[in-house]
Amino acid sequence: MFPITGTPALLLAVVFGFAFGWLLHRGHVADYNTIVRQFLFKDFTVIKVMLTAIIVGGIGIFVLVHAGYAKFHVKPADLLAITLGAGLFGIGMVLYGYCPGTALAAIGAGSVHAFVGAFGMIAGGILYALTFDWVSQTILPVWAMGKVQLPQLLGVGAPLIFGALGLLVVAFFVMLERRSSDSGAP
Amino acid sequence: MSTHALHYAAPATATQINWSPYLAGAGIGILSWIVFVVVNNPIGVTTALSQISGGVASIVVGPDEVAANKYWAKNAFKLDYGTLFLAGTLLGGLGSALAAGTWQIEKVPEVWAERFGPSPARRYVAAFIGGIIAMYGARLANGCTSGNGISGGLQLALSGWVFLAVMFITGTITAFILFRPKTN
Repeated sequence: MFPITGTPALLLAVVFGFAFGWLLHRGHVADYNTIVRQFLFKDFTVIKVMLTAIIVGGIGIFVLVHAGYAKFHVKPADLLAITLGAGLFGIGMVLYGYCPGTALAAIGAGSVHAFVGAFGMIAGGILYALTFDWVSQTILPVWAMGKVQLPQLLGVGAPLIFGALGLLVVAFFVMLERRSSDSGAP
Repeated sequence: MSTHALHYAAPATATQINWSPYLAGAGIGILSWIVFVVVNNPIGVTTALSQISGGVASIVVGPDEVAANKYWAKNAFKLDYGTLFLAGTLLGGLGSALAAGTWQIEKVPEVWAERFGPSPARRYVAAFIGGIIAMYGARLANGCTSGNGISGGLQLALSGWVFLAVMFITGTITAFILFRPKTN
């Protein structure tokens, strides 16, 4: 029955994309102010959404893969490219005020500057394709560790990692909520 | 209402869409379960965005140049799962804002205006340059906050966690430099 392919999958792409955009907007992260305030440590909405998605999503995915209902889609750890790329991404995300996914939801919700920045993203995509030959020869092969996951790398089971990560994240959330109720800030 | 007027995010209406971030996050996690099983595809945005850039580039530099490019050969523009997911994401933002009654033209957001003033042109230039840098970085890293950060992070992929750590460090440094208090 699964996975669904062909034309029905194209219809589902719109449905799943719609759900994603809806969740981003309802979670208040399709908002420039929320994202920039996160990086100024004045609002922790972004990190709350992301860590909850990672823990809830991750536990489910590992169970589903273990039960044979899903497959992993792990990206290769080309660590120089990822470090440089993520470094640039952080700078660009703060200047833009959105990441690519939240930008799309924000465009839908009426953000004109997100729309203008989307042309910048298209230009960035063109720039990358035009420099790809150089990047693929010079940067991608450096510290290329393959499609490695933390359980293999650390030699501990995924349940232990999620257990430890879950405890840390819950403790972090409790601290955030206590602090915000003490100060009366949102 | 004048189309040239500034529209800041209105806190009064914003509370209507203010789901708990934990609920929204759990929703994205559960959506990940569904997409992994049903379409065998993780949530991701920038791979499809680079297909669109290839589509635009074929207008600018010509289709031959695009066809000859190794990167676009791998990521050719077509209406496939990835690009339609992007269209859905945009429509999801639109649908949510309309349903909540918060749909509003925003030219200059509040936090930007407090630091850099009300000029839309200045904001647009920053957004455009930021978009270039973010997209170039996302392609170099082979994914953005969605594909690397969330989808990679939840699979406990080394690539995802390195991406998250580094982007938060450079993003924080950038934010503190950009939004430092005015010294005058």
